Amino acid sequence: MTLLDAKRGRRVRILRIEDDTCRAQCTRFGIGEGAVIDSAETLPLGPVLVRHCRQEICLGRGLAQRIRVEEVAPA
Amino acid sequence: MTPAELAERDLSATASCCGTKTVSAPAGARKVVLVGNPNVGKSLFFNAFTGLYVDVSNFPGTTVAVSSGRMGDDVVLDTPGIYGVSSFNDEETVARDIVLEADVIVNVVDAVHLERDLFLTQQVIDMGIPVVVALNMMDEARAKGVHIDAEGLSSLLGVPVIPTVALTGAGFDDVRHALDAAAPGVSDPGLQERLTALAAGTVGSRPAALLALEDDPVVGARHGLAPQGLRDEVYMDRRRRVNAVLAEVVSQPDLGHSIRDRLGDALVRPLTGLPALALTLFLMYQVIGVLVAGRVVGFTEGVLMAGYVEPFLRDLIARVTGTSGPVYEILAGEFGVVTMTVTYVLGLLLPLVLAFYLLLSTLEDSGYLPRIAALSDRLMTTIGLNGRAIVPIILGFGCITMATITTRILGNERERRIATALMAFAIPCSAQLGVIIALLGAAGGAVAFAYAVVMVLVFGLIGRLMAHFLPGRSTDLFIDLPPLRLPRPRNVLTKTWHKTLMFMKEVTLYFAAGALLLSVLNLTGALVRLQGVLTPLTVGWLHLPADAATAFVMGFVRRDFGAAGLYDLHLTGTQILVALVTITLFVPCIASVLVIMKERGKAFTAFAWLGSIGLAFLVGGIVAQIAGLQ
Repeated sequence: MTLLDAKRGRRVRILRIEDDTCRAQCTRFGIGEGAVIDSAETLPLGPVLVRHCRQEICLGRGLAQRIRVEEVAPA
Repeated sequence: MTPAELAERDLSATASCCGTKTVSAPAGARKVVLVGNPNVGKSLFFNAFTGLYVDVSNFPGTTVAVSSGRMGDDVVLDTPGIYGVSSFNDEETVARDIVLEADVIVNVVDAVHLERDLFLTQQVIDMGIPVVVALNMMDEARAKGVHIDAEGLSSLLGVPVIPTVALTGAGFDDVRHALDAAAPGVSDPGLQERLTALAAGTVGSRPAALLALEDDPVVGARHGLAPQGLRDEVYMDRRRRVNAVLAEVVSQPDLGHSIRDRLGDALVRPLTGLPALALTLFLMYQVIGVLVAGRVVGFTEGVLMAGYVEPFLRDLIARVTGTSGPVYEILAGEFGVVTMTVTYVLGLLLPLVLAFYLLLSTLEDSGYLPRIAALSDRLMTTIGLNGRAIVPIILGFGCITMATITTRILGNERERRIATALMAFAIPCSAQLGVIIALLGAAGGAVAFAYAVVMVLVFGLIGRLMAHFLPGRSTDLFIDLPPLRLPRPRNVLTKTWHKTLMFMKEVTLYFAAGALLLSVLNLTGALVRLQGVLTPLTVGWLHLPADAATAFVMGFVRRDFGAAGLYDLHLTGTQILVALVTITLFVPCIASVLVIMKERGKAFTAFAWLGSIGLAFLVGGIVAQIAGLQ
């Protein structure tokens, strides 16, 4: 599934980011491939908010669709 | 953006646009460069290190401000907040070139967000530049229960790590003393071998070698190296290294959501965020539109300028030239170069622009702007933009010229074209807005509402059409939402002052040129003839008085000049609506046209300029016909 499909409040592991610039930026933030993050909010038709170690990052829908994730059990 | 475009942009950075200058340092002085993520308190370090005598200048070709100052025999340079050194945006480009020249780096990191900040730390360590790490916001980290072993961090990174609290200045002296102990830190041996080979070859320096190895298109192009696709590998290795360091020295509880976090969430959710945004805009309107445009400008322009300064200047000029003759007319007549410029620039524009930048800097410092971007993302995608574009568009309400340069923060040329066109066509700048609001206030609520409806419709239509017909695909939003916080007065005031000064420096000359043009047209009788030529358009099509043509001629120089020209025409409510719609859509001022030309090219500028004339009269006429039917 993609990050866009992740339900609000769920914890997911990032498997693959299919966008070069986004992948580099995510790696800098510590939310690159392999990282476990929380899906904080999916605004109606709007962007996706993810949370990781007290940071909040907002990704547009198009990007969220190109990020493959899998759900993991909450810690 | 292609590497070629990036390289070109890099070159154009040497040509300054509006009175900017490069950061210079005396020969032989050690260059101490402050580096850090956005909002980590770098500027507080900078202020403490350099004291009062600070030189703030816009980096050539950008809106990015760079401060420099002296600390003993050293030169201290501040850099814009970045998450990594590369060429993803203007901030990074500016920071990159300053870092490449650094003798020693003070890397300010946010102790609460080390996962993010240490990536940049490790990157500058990998560059081989001596580093001191200022572990800032230790008080906040402690309050949040985050424990950091600073000594352990120091030995793992191989550089001095000094705990600090920038708000109180705790640890500043230790950082200063540690500068002499700054050393290149611990880096990956395999990576360093590659860098040694590259640095010994064509690249020449280790910092540049690292950036070239990370596929930085600009640095690569400088040294004739093509990207090799190694960025992912280098970045992932660095991330693993940083995570390993963090695992050893940081322990943190998984805390719940604080009240501040909840407020931040509420600001991005449409249900609560939209009313909050509406309230913010309403308050801005109350301050700029009602308080400043009405009362303050009423005093500065109506009383101070018209009552004291203008008569004084007229008197002064009359003593030299006498009150008759063309020289007096040009300097102090109806469109006097001296009198009109002084009145408009100091009496009308200065209070408006000052108020606008004060509010904008407050919003910027509070962390609210990125949340507006997140909130508006959905709406902006319908006109081929993403939420980030809300920043230049809000800035456009201040000054289209500056906002056009800011479109560089957008993802690609398609988005930059759409945003530039929207601003050139449909966004009134603060100077114009002040006059518009004053005129609408006189015309009443119904006219103001009709004006807003027409402008929003035109704005949406232009965006839709451009998004439809421009080739390519727009990029998606990717934005970090910093914690909300109370704006710090010193930061806000410094920013406001700097931006207002830049703006005033830039516009004064154009105002004088505009007044000169009008005076000459007036003296030679060309103005009356032009009014005659334009009569079918102004009187026949727009149903306005013939004098309105003067406002449009002035509008070629600056749109707010045009709007101001409508002030004295004694128009009816309907006429005000038609005139304001037309003048708002009319050509952008000369300063913005020049910047648009520089940023978007001649063809686009011709399209925007001619298109805005056509659109202004088309929409203005349609409104006049519809309003005339009633």
